[in-house]
Amino acid sequence: MLKALSILPDKCTGCMQCELACSYEHEGVFNPARSRIRVFHFHDEARYVPYTCTQCAEAWCQTACPVEAIQVNPATGAKEVLDNLCVGCKVCTIACPFGTVNYNQATGKVIKCDLCGGDPACARYCPTGAITYVDADLTAYERMRTWAARTDTQAQATA
Amino acid sequence: MGWQRRILRVNLTEGTCNPEPLNMDWARQYLGQRGLATKYFVEEVDPTVDPLSPDNKLIFATGPLTGTAASTAGRYSVITKGALTGAIACSNSGGYFGAELKNAGWDMIVFEGRAPEPVYLLIEDEEARLLPAGDLWGRSVWETHERIQHDHQDPMLKIAAIGQAGENGVLFACIVNDLHRAAGRSGVGAVMGSKRLKAVAVRGTQGVSVADPRRFLQVTMEKKRILAENAVTGQGLPTYGTQVLMNVVNEIGALPTRNAREVQFEGAPRISGEAMREPRPTDGKPNLITNQACFGCTIACGRVSRIDKTHYVVRNKPQYWKASGGLEYENAWAMGADTGIDDLEAMTYANFICNEQGMDPISFGATLAAAMELYESGAIGKEETGGIDLRFGNAEALTTLVEQTARGEGFGRDLGLGSRRLCEKYGRPELSMTVKGQEFPAYDPRGIQGMGLTYATSNRGACHLRSYTVASEVLGIPEKTDPLVPDGKPALVKAFQDATAVVDSSGLCLFTTFAWSLDDIQPQIDAACEGDWSLENLLAVGERIWNLERQFNLRAGFTGADDRLPERLVSEPARQGPAKGLTNQLDKMLPEYYALRGWDENGVPTAETLQRLGL
Amino acid sequence: MRYLIAGAGPAGVVAAETLRRHDHSATIRLFCGEQEPVYSRMAIPYLLSNKIDERGTWLREPGHFETLAVDLVHQRVETVEPDHHTVVLSDGRRETYDRMLIATGARPVSPPVPGLDQPGVHHCWTLADARAIAARARPGSRVVLMGAGFIGCIILEALVLRGVRLTVLEAEDRMVPRMLDATAGAMLRSWCEAKGVAIHTDTRVQAVEPMGAEALAVHCEQGTVFPADLLVVATGVAPNLDPVRNGSGATLRTGRGLQVDSRQQTSAPDVYAAGDVCEAADWYTGEGAVYAIQPVAVEQGRIAALNMCGRPARYAGALPMNVLDTLGLVTVSFGHWSGVAGGDSVRQSDPEHHRYLRLEFDPQGRLVGAIAVGLPGHVGVLRGLIQSGAPLGPWQARLKQAPGRIAEAYVARVAGGG
Ligand SMILES: Cc1cc2nc3c(=O)[nH]c(=O)nc-3n(C[C@H](O)[C@H](O)[C@H](O)COP(=O)(O)OP(=O)(O)OC[C@H]3O[C@@H](n4cnc5c(N)ncnc54)[C@H](O)[C@@H]3O)c2cc1C
Ligand code: SF4
Ligand code: SF4
Repeated sequence: MLKALSILPDKCTGCMQCELACSYEHEGVFNPARSRIRVFHFHDEARYVPYTCTQCAEAWCQTACPVEAIQVNPATGAKEVLDNLCVGCKVCTIACPFGTVNYNQATGKVIKCDLCGGDPACARYCPTGAITYVDADLTAYERMRTWAARTDTQAQATA
Repeated sequence: MGWQRRILRVNLTEGTCNPEPLNMDWARQYLGQRGLATKYFVEEVDPTVDPLSPDNKLIFATGPLTGTAASTAGRYSVITKGALTGAIACSNSGGYFGAELKNAGWDMIVFEGRAPEPVYLLIEDEEARLLPAGDLWGRSVWETHERIQHDHQDPMLKIAAIGQAGENGVLFACIVNDLHRAAGRSGVGAVMGSKRLKAVAVRGTQGVSVADPRRFLQVTMEKKRILAENAVTGQGLPTYGTQVLMNVVNEIGALPTRNAREVQFEGAPRISGEAMREPRPTDGKPNLITNQACFGCTIACGRVSRIDKTHYVVRNKPQYWKASGGLEYENAWAMGADTGIDDLEAMTYANFICNEQGMDPISFGATLAAAMELYESGAIGKEETGGIDLRFGNAEALTTLVEQTARGEGFGRDLGLGSRRLCEKYGRPELSMTVKGQEFPAYDPRGIQGMGLTYATSNRGACHLRSYTVASEVLGIPEKTDPLVPDGKPALVKAFQDATAVVDSSGLCLFTTFAWSLDDIQPQIDAACEGDWSLENLLAVGERIWNLERQFNLRAGFTGADDRLPERLVSEPARQGPAKGLTNQLDKMLPEYYALRGWDENGVPTAETLQRLGL
Repeated sequence: MRYLIAGAGPAGVVAAETLRRHDHSATIRLFCGEQEPVYSRMAIPYLLSNKIDERGTWLREPGHFETLAVDLVHQRVETVEPDHHTVVLSDGRRETYDRMLIATGARPVSPPVPGLDQPGVHHCWTLADARAIAARARPGSRVVLMGAGFIGCIILEALVLRGVRLTVLEAEDRMVPRMLDATAGAMLRSWCEAKGVAIHTDTRVQAVEPMGAEALAVHCEQGTVFPADLLVVATGVAPNLDPVRNGSGATLRTGRGLQVDSRQQTSAPDVYAAGDVCEAADWYTGEGAVYAIQPVAVEQGRIAALNMCGRPARYAGALPMNVLDTLGLVTVSFGHWSGVAGGDSVRQSDPEHHRYLRLEFDPQGRLVGAIAVGLPGHVGVLRGLIQSGAPLGPWQARLKQAPGRIAEAYVARVAGGG
């Protein structure tokens, strides 16, 4: 079975180790601004919510891409950006309703979560177990997916 | 690498922002943050300068590990001549601001002069500019934070600011970043206010690199495991925060109570970490809602609290119903045990106000405690206090005066002077529990002997964070020593002081040292920074920093005679608990300490010592 | 089952792939009306700026359709005959279908200006157009771009990157009037001008005449004349309804485009339509709309295919969304950015730094539209917030205070965050 990132915001302390790990893994520097995962801080409610690509089954980013630069890694199910193909048109950044594809001005390409080829650094570095990499059907992304379904199809049975 | 090799010099008088290369020779001798900024400061500032004059400088400095994935690597320090103390000041803070500054590509910001009109500094990566802060002046830290993010349409801006306290010259005003993290002590916020600098807002997207990434990742990962498996950093701190100490320190009879008249507080259980987790009878919810981490921190000791909405002090103030920074141990002590108050909600409120208006809660609480003793001893009366019945234990006095102090109103103006000036003003200097003008924190040197020497010799005035011998004397880290005897403490204090100077210069948090020794920290620094960062070299760096700070103070006019404790601690024996009958035996420890340091009997480093350290 | 798809653009291709995913045995025939490999119009600007070669514009790798067992046929579908379940191809043959999809896209329209049919005047819509433009747009050559709409602005950047001397003529009062409001349009304009592009708004072309052997004279209403080595016409597109218009017998209902219901079905049974060719309900008003953008085209292609192979799916409605990077300034717009009746809005602008954010809320407290200039990241959440229809609750007030907190609002309201 494919695995997926499971995110439990209740366990998150807002330490940003995931962002550090992600940016290091992909960019070779510690730079949260280039992380594919982002921790949202809701200060007044004291909640921290790590947030990244859900690797949708029908990925909007992928279908919107005019040059097939986003492809599925069959081993992980991750939708990966192929840098050599991406022309930087950014249509995926507006097509993804989760806002998890971002444009990198420095390279002229987009960046998104690729599950690190099957060993996601964010999960490895998370000290609290707020991010884990587990069998796909256990993930807490279900709620997000339900909402996502509303994005282009009218929910037939609304959750 | 580790360093960005670039500092920003901001001349507030001229309104200019200029980049400069970091002096790498100095970096090799002083590492970063506390040490390196002190070096810059000492080189550039006349030690006799009036702290609140334009000639004083204010440095925000990160360490080489700040912004990396090492655990707790998000720290920065503010270095200046302290408004409260007139000594070298170095106040360390966590949150996210420091890492953001580093990520913007800067190791340090040096502020000079005084702006003709209030300003704030905006840094967006390499671009830095001063902007008018006329409409921010007079606002709280929280309002300032919101305004700046709003005006720049950027919720990702990280902000360090002063509140009304810093503007009003409260001598223990602090600088608050990320809403409730503070560079807290010695009045660095008053210095910032005197420069008419309201805030520093940073957005950084450049990234931080390390010299040997593979080794760095491997060793930092390994060391994080040690933190996770350690009882203090893995369980105690995340669960109870520093407040884990309240009951412990009370039990060993080292909890200064009612301005250190006593050493145990009967109300301690009601203001402890345990109490913060108890559901309240009123609303069934605990005071503490969660713990929080600073940037990169895998310990997550930060407290986040919510005040009981039905409590009288906030009943009509919904703006304080939201979650914010809760009580840390020192704060709970200062505004609780030291003032004889045991109302957790009132204390939390006072703590929120300290965050909101930028005041050091330790100095504020301890000054209030001194005022209470002045009041009870008849040195002041209702005339001075503006009608407030300033008895120990009066929680309403706390919540009223915390506001007045920040705003510089009523009796709050007196409190804003700090305890030493307050007690002098009313003719009872001996009631001030300070060293070099700074209020001492939550450990009574009669019950923990080493802390007496710690306070007396701390370069920034009384402080527990210069050599936290509590670790050894109370918690047995790295090994247990007897808190009631002075023997061996001089060596312990010196070793802790030097090691702490290294940690404070690295970008890491001192709390890691509950689990890590310098042996654990050294390989992390070594992997991040090029150059020789062996253990011996680091220890030399630590000792060099300590002596550099000492020299600054000596030139500023301090002498060995200032390495003394309040009279009470050395002449009034503890009245109860395990230390009953004991005083602090500073006079036994100090000469030995001087000798170990290579200082003469007046506490002046000998020529030999200076030469050995390359000073 | 036998499926025919007329048009091998993004809508047709996604439909073919979706059909195959759900129906392993059906015959799927994909008709490509241009004598080119299956390519993507959107990639043309990057071809012009030499970021990619022609191969880089291909929508799929060669061999892709064989692997999927989709018959790719280079023939035009001339006529659709819904009465007989047949189509007529350009070589005159007839083919039958069980279900078919019309995904013939749009074609550029020219205003009634004399002289647009001479050499040196080109649309920018097909690969053939791109080749012709590339031949004339050389470093230093004088190029006039007629129309600063969305497509015009995309080509604008490509032309500047080719090193031409560019003049832009726009009939309306600002750039990209259908995507940006006056504030954002003005920012884009000042940005372009700072990069050396001459922009003339409120400027209508009256006639184009030859000038010497190679060049053109572009005459405007005000009397100004712009000399040009190349005139690129980007004045809008319209659905390509040829195969429907040519037909006899039952006609398919058309308005501005080929009208479809929420299942992407036309007025005839078993005939579906998707992409730029069709007029589908707007996600908010429910009125027929033609947005001619890629994300809508591919989503409609998917929905149409699901219905064609017996998996009922209803399209939530077309949401306009555009992103434009003009010489480094990124602008985006979503939905009803000009607001809806009884709604509320917030605008925050910083012209000095070319930053702008405008959010529009409906009376029920939902986000219905947005414009952003220079927004750093997570722009997609604007779509998520709009299309999920999530009530913003307390976040509406917070966004009015600080519109930049949209990503937080999204995570809080939609993704189960705060
Ligand atoms: C230069 C340029 C830049 C663009 N940039 C963007 C952008 O940044 N973002 C965005 O969202 N959109 C952009 N677009 C628009 C986008 O390309 C279209 O919305 C999209 O291509 C529509 O897909 P489609 O499949 O509906 O139509 P098309 O892509 O037009 O495909 C239709 C296909 O059908 C073929 N065809 C036509 N008639 C017949 C027939 N009778 N028989 C068989 N085949 C036929 C055509 O030759 C064509 O191959 C751009 C367009 C251009 C030209
Ligand atoms: S980037 Fe967005 S659209 Fe693409 S797979 Fe991830 S969540 Fe889905
Ligand atoms: S930006 Fe790159 S990956 Fe995204 S749609 Fe465009 S080409 Fe594809």
